[in-house]
Amino acid sequence: MKTWDAIVIGGGHNGLVNACYLQRAGLNVLVVEKNEWVGGAAVSRSLTPGFLYSNCSYVCSLFRPETMRDLELPRHGLQVIAYEGGAVLTRDGDYLANYRDHDAHRREFARFSKRDAEAYDRYARDVTRQCRFIQPLLMRTAPDPTSLKPRDVGELLFLARKFHDLGPSQMAETLRFWTMSISEFLDEYFETDVIKANFSISGIIGTALGPMSPGTAYVLLHHYMGEVDGSVGAWGYARGGMGAITKALSSSFQASGGTIRTGAEVDKVLVSNGKATGIVLANGEEIAGRLVISNADVKRTFLKLVEEKELPDVFLRRVRNFKIRGSSGKVNIALDSLPEFPALPKDSPCYRGDLHFTDSVERMERAYDDWKAGRWSADPFLDMMIPTTLDPTMTPPGKHFMSCFVQYCPPKVEGRDWTDADRDAFAETVISQIADYSPGFRDRIVHMEVRTPRELEAEVGLTEGNIFQGELTFDQLLFNRPVPGYAQYRSPIGGLYICGSSTHPGGGVMGAPGRNAAAEILRDLSKSNTQMSPAHDVI
Amino acid sequence: MGKTAKKTSSPYAGRIAARSHFRTLRLDTPFQPRIDALMKQNDWYSWAGYRAPASLWDEELEYFAIRSTAALFDISPMVKYLIQGPDSEAYLDRVTLRDVTRLRPGRVQYTAWCDDEGHVLDDGTLFRLTEDAFRLCCQERHLPWLLDSAIGYDVSIVEETEEIAGLALQGPTSFAVLREADFDGVEHLKVFDLAGFEHQGGTVTISRTGFTGDLGYELFVPANLALSLWDRLMEAGQARGIRAIGYTALNRARLEAGLIVANADFSTAEHALRPDRVRMPDEIGLGFMVDAKKGHFNGRRAIMAARDGKKLRHVLVGIEIEGNIPAEHAIVYHGKKKEVGLVSAAGWSPLAKRNIAIASLVRPYGHTVNDDLWVEIYAMRELKYERLMKRARIVPRPFIKLDRRTANPPADF
Ligand SMILES: Cc1cc2nc3c(=O)[nH]c(=O)nc-3n(C[C@H](O)[C@H](O)[C@H](O)COP(=O)(O)OP(=O)(O)OC[C@H]3O[C@@H](n4cnc5c(N)ncnc54)[C@H](O)[C@@H]3O)c2cc1C
Repeated sequence: MKTWDAIVIGGGHNGLVNACYLQRAGLNVLVVEKNEWVGGAAVSRSLTPGFLYSNCSYVCSLFRPETMRDLELPRHGLQVIAYEGGAVLTRDGDYLANYRDHDAHRREFARFSKRDAEAYDRYARDVTRQCRFIQPLLMRTAPDPTSLKPRDVGELLFLARKFHDLGPSQMAETLRFWTMSISEFLDEYFETDVIKANFSISGIIGTALGPMSPGTAYVLLHHYMGEVDGSVGAWGYARGGMGAITKALSSSFQASGGTIRTGAEVDKVLVSNGKATGIVLANGEEIAGRLVISNADVKRTFLKLVEEKELPDVFLRRVRNFKIRGSSGKVNIALDSLPEFPALPKDSPCYRGDLHFTDSVERMERAYDDWKAGRWSADPFLDMMIPTTLDPTMTPPGKHFMSCFVQYCPPKVEGRDWTDADRDAFAETVISQIADYSPGFRDRIVHMEVRTPRELEAEVGLTEGNIFQGELTFDQLLFNRPVPGYAQYRSPIGGLYICGSSTHPGGGVMGAPGRNAAAEILRDLSKSNTQMSPAHDVI
Repeated sequence: MGKTAKKTSSPYAGRIAARSHFRTLRLDTPFQPRIDALMKQNDWYSWAGYRAPASLWDEELEYFAIRSTAALFDISPMVKYLIQGPDSEAYLDRVTLRDVTRLRPGRVQYTAWCDDEGHVLDDGTLFRLTEDAFRLCCQERHLPWLLDSAIGYDVSIVEETEEIAGLALQGPTSFAVLREADFDGVEHLKVFDLAGFEHQGGTVTISRTGFTGDLGYELFVPANLALSLWDRLMEAGQARGIRAIGYTALNRARLEAGLIVANADFSTAEHALRPDRVRMPDEIGLGFMVDAKKGHFNGRRAIMAARDGKKLRHVLVGIEIEGNIPAEHAIVYHGKKKEVGLVSAAGWSPLAKRNIAIASLVRPYGHTVNDDLWVEIYAMRELKYERLMKRARIVPRPFIKLDRRTANPPADF
């Protein structure tokens, strides 16, 4: 039987990034993916003829340019196009837009409040300062604060120095920022409801927290620290949908000699004498590997794929308690023409950006209240875009794909499993909200894909449908992600690594967990790692 | 459920009418029709979101209009706040560095204001229009800061940038132009005086101030009177060589005058991302404004502590560089080796016939150690850097001093 140098469980983007780096470093790598396609939550599939969806993730900013270059992704077809701002449509028939132009942005805010318009620079400065602090940490393994190894001590000193460089008042601000709610944070800058609602969006996307929950200010950062080609904080569409990213990754991987098996669900990780030796597929097939790397989330990996008896108690308990609550759903809609929003002028650039209807923080918090009670929000928050206004490759000309991310949506409905009828009722809530603002919307619908946490878990394997493979709260970040003592991509089992979004620096289509994990693996193998370029400078 | 979007109702009418702004990213100032008519270069830049001329007809000759006749420069994009109310004097005394109780109605102060850590938020001019009304003009926007600082004071603060148009009329014949334009009594204005004058049934506020170090005036009017004011000046100035100019020429004049520009010569506290980029007044040559004798003002404790603890790290100086090659953004060295600072503005001074610059240095250089300073100039010449190491000497600012700026009564030319 052939023994692979490394077997990667899961062909999500992090698994593929990891596999690419290992293959390029000279290992013989196999990726096994349970679905018939790769991509995980970064995937584009055609479910109705002529239309391509970004089925899960839909916008790109976090994906690291260093990795795009190292793995030659542009040559394998990846292009990310920055998009043009967006808007919150308000219940009084107006809207608040976000424009890319700094002065237009200010004038737009001044329509609501001159004070808030002039507060934006201060807000942007403070958030940018926090981004600049966190950015260099993304592409580094988090130090283990209990370790005395020179590298950990060195990295801790790096962290301490960066922290100290902030200066006394900013150090205090940073600590507050990492623990505050987005609502409290915004109250320090702005007075207008819709302006606060507009900024609070980035604080709650993907979390099972409301805008008034502590810890959501940090989540905002997670959505601001990316870039599109050096434009920090900008978001873009991957041409061809988010699947273009994983398509380019698998093409790059295969071009460098790697092997991918789809339709191959892993049932067990084989462990012998505390060391991983390979995997068993659901069909019983055994595959031997010197290393096993799991792209699945930390719960799936250690509670489903590894025998409990192989793992230490404390570790197991912590993995069981890891917060990975599903809070979002997705409705993908094929449209036979561009929807109209009477509030938005026809020539508004906002059609080419993100659109929302939640015009107050209060309303967003109410939507969260429903989730706590185990129901989907009656008045949900939507993050809605029409990528085909900029990307001509996903639909025929004149037709459109609308991506609609929905919060909140619970992993179970009042404690019981989702039914198809629940799913349809959930979709109806979403469509009727859109139709309220866009007359004739229903008539344009050609096809629809509705995804609740049930579908996300079943297809992508995201436990409870949590989009980040685990909540992005301070207790689950840096050296505590996924659990204390195991933040460096290793596990209690020799030769078994984790590389998905459950690990530092967390979720989003970023590729940093996969890359950092590859660096650790190559370090353990004492292999040179010349394929991996250093993180870009933050100066 | 989401509420049905309703038709526009009256309370929001103004807000809704304003939303078409996205179709014009660079605003026109109230003077734009006149400037457009004179614009031959189509050389625009964005000044705080306005379409502003870098140069209109010849950036070098426009400079000579400032120094030889009268130059007209549109300053409408300057950010303006109207501060009114019984406590406005006390309030501004608390916010700004200088003693506002000594600023009489009809006078103007060049001033600055700091955050609580003593870092400069901006510099600007404070016009005392009446006992209870002030106008603050500056480069950056400060409404949240000004409003927050007003808690406990009986004042109102209104941002009026778009409502008030502004012109700078600068140069030796500027007084003559105003007199020809029948602004009776303008001859009584001494430097930093202001007065209101009748114009088309409204009031134009004229102050003897400016950014050129020359004889000059600044004029503020409600936007609807802007064009007629422009015409009145242009007509009166016909025989006095009045010309409209752009920023490039003005920038040369302001360098000769040794004046600094926020976010060009120093970073303002609300924009600086890097903790070491903020500056205290003493670090950018504005220490003279700090009035230690007056009561509490924002930043006082930090500024005094830095002075006492000798914690001031930087200093802003004027330097004269040998030769005539401009040293824009050159690195300053001590002993040709040790990097000690950066040039933020530089150029040849036609009036001083010297190669001048404004630089920020790390103390003690420029403060107590002033010898052996050098600048390294990278001059791009036909796709090759000519690298020059030139001696720099610290000299007082302003680089030029013109008697006509302060002469009373002002001279005719
Ligand atoms: C609805 C939704 C919207 C999102 N929107 C955005 C967005 O707009 N922008 C953004 O940056 N991020 C977004 N995210 C988050 C982002 O998509 C994820 O955090 C990221 O894609 C996770 O990547 P990963 O490689 O770590 O894991 P995954 O994508 O979860 O990959 C894990 C892979 O492992 C496979 N797998 C699991 N178990 C097994 C097994 N036993 N055997 C074999 N294979 C297995 C799965 O099928 C999957 O392919 C969104 C996520 C969701 C769900």
